[in-house]
Amino acid sequence: MIPELGQFALIVALLLALVQAMLPLAGAWRNDAALMSVARPAALAQFGFVLVAFVCLAISFMVNDFSVLNVARNSYSRLPELYRFTATWGSHEGSLLLWVLMLAFWGAAVAVFSRRLPDAMAARVIGVMGLISVGFIAFMLITSNPFERQLPAAIEGNDMNPLLQDWGMIIHPPMLYMGYVGFAVAFAFAIAALLSGRLDAAWARWSRPWTIAAWTFLTLGIVLGSWWAYRELGWGGWWFWDPTENASFMPWIAGTALIHSLAATEKRGVFKAWTVLLALTTFSLSLLGTFLVRSGVLSSVHAFATDPARGAFILGFLVVVVGGSLALYAWRAPRIIAGGGYSGFSRESLLLANNVLLIAALGAVLLGTLYPLVVDALGLGKISVGPPYFNAVFVPLIAPALFLMGIGPLARWKNGRLADVAARLKWPFAAVLASGFALAFALDEFKPWAALGFCLALWIAYTVGLAFRDRLRGGGDLPRAFWGMQLAHFGMAVGVAGIAVVAAYSSERDVRMAPGGSAELAGYTFTFRGAGPREGPNFHAMRGTVEVSRNGARVATLHPEKRVYTASGMAMTEASVHPNFFRDVYVALGEPLDDQGAWSVRLFHKPFINWLWLGALLMAIGGFLAATDRRYRLGRAASRAAAKLAAQGA
Amino acid sequence: MKRWLPLALFALLAGFLAKGLFLNPGEVPSPLIDRTAPAFSLPLVGEPGRSFGPETMRGQAWLLNVWAPWCVSCRQEHPTLMQLARENRVPIVGLNWKDDAREAAALLARTGSPYVAVPDDRDGRVGIDYGVTGTPETYLIDRDGIIRLKHIGPITPAVWRDRFEPELKALGL
Amino acid sequence: MKRLFLALCLAMAAATAAAMDPDADDPAVEARLVELAKDLRCLVCQNESLAGSQAALARDLRREIRVQIRAGKSDREVIDYLTARYGDFVLYRPPFRPLTWLLWLGPLAFLGIAAAVWYRLAARRPPEPMPSPDRLADAERLLEDRHP
Repeated sequence: MIPELGQFALIVALLLALVQAMLPLAGAWRNDAALMSVARPAALAQFGFVLVAFVCLAISFMVNDFSVLNVARNSYSRLPELYRFTATWGSHEGSLLLWVLMLAFWGAAVAVFSRRLPDAMAARVIGVMGLISVGFIAFMLITSNPFERQLPAAIEGNDMNPLLQDWGMIIHPPMLYMGYVGFAVAFAFAIAALLSGRLDAAWARWSRPWTIAAWTFLTLGIVLGSWWAYRELGWGGWWFWDPTENASFMPWIAGTALIHSLAATEKRGVFKAWTVLLALTTFSLSLLGTFLVRSGVLSSVHAFATDPARGAFILGFLVVVVGGSLALYAWRAPRIIAGGGYSGFSRESLLLANNVLLIAALGAVLLGTLYPLVVDALGLGKISVGPPYFNAVFVPLIAPALFLMGIGPLARWKNGRLADVAARLKWPFAAVLASGFALAFALDEFKPWAALGFCLALWIAYTVGLAFRDRLRGGGDLPRAFWGMQLAHFGMAVGVAGIAVVAAYSSERDVRMAPGGSAELAGYTFTFRGAGPREGPNFHAMRGTVEVSRNGARVATLHPEKRVYTASGMAMTEASVHPNFFRDVYVALGEPLDDQGAWSVRLFHKPFINWLWLGALLMAIGGFLAATDRRYRLGRAASRAAAKLAAQGA
Repeated sequence: MKRWLPLALFALLAGFLAKGLFLNPGEVPSPLIDRTAPAFSLPLVGEPGRSFGPETMRGQAWLLNVWAPWCVSCRQEHPTLMQLARENRVPIVGLNWKDDAREAAALLARTGSPYVAVPDDRDGRVGIDYGVTGTPETYLIDRDGIIRLKHIGPITPAVWRDRFEPELKALGL
Repeated sequence: MKRLFLALCLAMAAATAAAMDPDADDPAVEARLVELAKDLRCLVCQNESLAGSQAALARDLRREIRVQIRAGKSDREVIDYLTARYGDFVLYRPPFRPLTWLLWLGPLAFLGIAAAVWYRLAARRPPEPMPSPDRLADAERLLEDRHP
């Protein structure tokens, strides 16, 4: 009964999404208040029914209803309860339902928090969100029904993919999808603006908090995914430039450019056409990512099981949504009035420079991700484009952007002059350069990339400090938006420092260890105390004991495991990590080597790796602060006045 | 005109993505096509003391089928190979890849052997020379010892008809 | 299919575990091996590097590379050995040849376009004069006024 209820709720949600899309858009077109007023209740009701469907699927997983194909394929009666719940979004179908739930949630959030938007604007935004929902719910019902029954029911499930049985995976997909899908709001605002011809500073102000919120979630989602890969794949890597990772990274880069460009559009009414195009691009890249991950056109470590019908459907949807929106842009762009002027070294100009660099970096990632596909499609063979390529082209493109990140917030809007900034920053710049190189020399081996990383991190951190001093001296208060921006920038500095160290100074060894034997790595002594069996709820494991000491003092006892999951027969390497602020010591079991209990063991020393996660966390906190700034919570009347002003002024 | 540029770029991208739906990213072409099959000399499963090398097959076209007793897909293609052996279409050599010779012999004794010879590549070195990535994989080698075709995955009647038959025809067989 | 493949990889790893080559004792050889293998693709388990993969084939290939390094082969020779057998597909760093010109030069072109766009839009745009005090006062009033 429960699965049928879920399916029914999903069908109702589809109908409601159709209503949410059609009536308000028609109402806005004909200026019919009654039709427009349908938008909010329809969005809320759609969210309610999708939520019902999601709960139904979750219940099916919790009660082990193996008559549901999706449950039988992705769960197992002996799977711990928490993972049974998270298995709800562990498959293609379930994760799509989660995606739709998030989309409906954002739609409902817009309906609730958009009271101060003009009715026509709100109707258009909610209507466009409804259109996107229609596409995804239809996709699910037609090609990927999560509630499909199988008769007779399976006696036992196939188990959740062991790779996903980790608590990083519990929160990674919801965060990631909140981010991906959140950009649909920015997209909807852009479409609404194009439809109405109202592209002004008020529009930028409305869509800005939504965009920053989506970016915040995406940041968290990406970093959680990276953290999961680091611990779960068992070989200490945290970013592989895999197509699936790039699929999430590309909207992030575009979204980062977008929040900066929106700032300039809101404050100064400049870059309107560019900002709209970026808003369209960011969500388009989210959709492209969905296509790449779910259609099987690229081979990736973590792609879903694939099916050509699904690929064809998403591609069709992609063509309609992206093609349609870009055509709308091309049609309406001439109506966009250019904003005010600014000098070559104003904040506007620097934001623009940051934007074009980010987009160039995005272009490089896109090119590398799709190049193998293009070569194959042209019948020219098979090639691989991997980390060496991406590192080689991405770093030089992003380094200048990071450098400008230090200067931008210190430059004045409109009339900034190079001479002012140069006069202030030339000695600090020299000091940063000197200390960056000194730091790199102080470490055991000089690496130029590490020196560059240190310089950039110090540079950003210094200028963040300077911005605070300026503010406090000027007697101004410190609004959340300011804290948010500076914290996010500082987080980037911390992250860059982490990347510089971990990329240049990580060390690892594959060693053969007999019980009682020991090995050295980066000043640590690892002593193997043998491995013994351990029974898990749904796996058998060999659990090793490795004592870690430094200069004779005990540091930690680690227990890496090699697991074989009962239902799927899959083997998994469960690494054991001892973290602290400056480094991780990381041990993974390889294979048993002989009958005397010797194992091959992988030892890793990862200095500063935790700075990476910390930096990303600071960026997300910064995003949260900026998205909840007081300005965005002003009363309806004040923002109307602001809108009126902006309309006149621009 | 500039405003149409994003749409034009997207159209190009969509075209490639559409084409991509019909491609298999896992299927990697072998650089050994039209090259001489690498030489080797391996002991034969079940025939102690004797060894096998590709030069033995000179003068006739043959299939080198890479398989292993544990391999599930190999069992899937086994009936097709048996059928080919019965029809005497082309001799098949079964390279036992990285698995125990006794198990291989036992399995073939139980299920019947489509092979004229089963060289034993215990450590997988010959597999590396042939660019083997997994089992099953099948090479078609012509009279002069040139590799004409490599198929990754199990041979089904459809695969045989669509990939191997045309190539054999081209060889005049 | 994907899962089946992965399962097969792992089954293979398990099946051949006993035959595994224990760690090479020469740290210099290992260091070069890791450097090389990081930029090479494990063919079996799709997108993983040869350095990271635990698949049996990856282990065999690492063993072959070790043998070649010990035999004094250069990096170039080791890479040629692999591409002769598996094709350019094993290279995570695609070689620079006509087929990949666009790939390698594209980012440079993007940087050029970025610089040109920035130069055209920003560097040559004079700031407009400040709005007149009257208009500023109007704006202030509008902002203050909560009930227009």
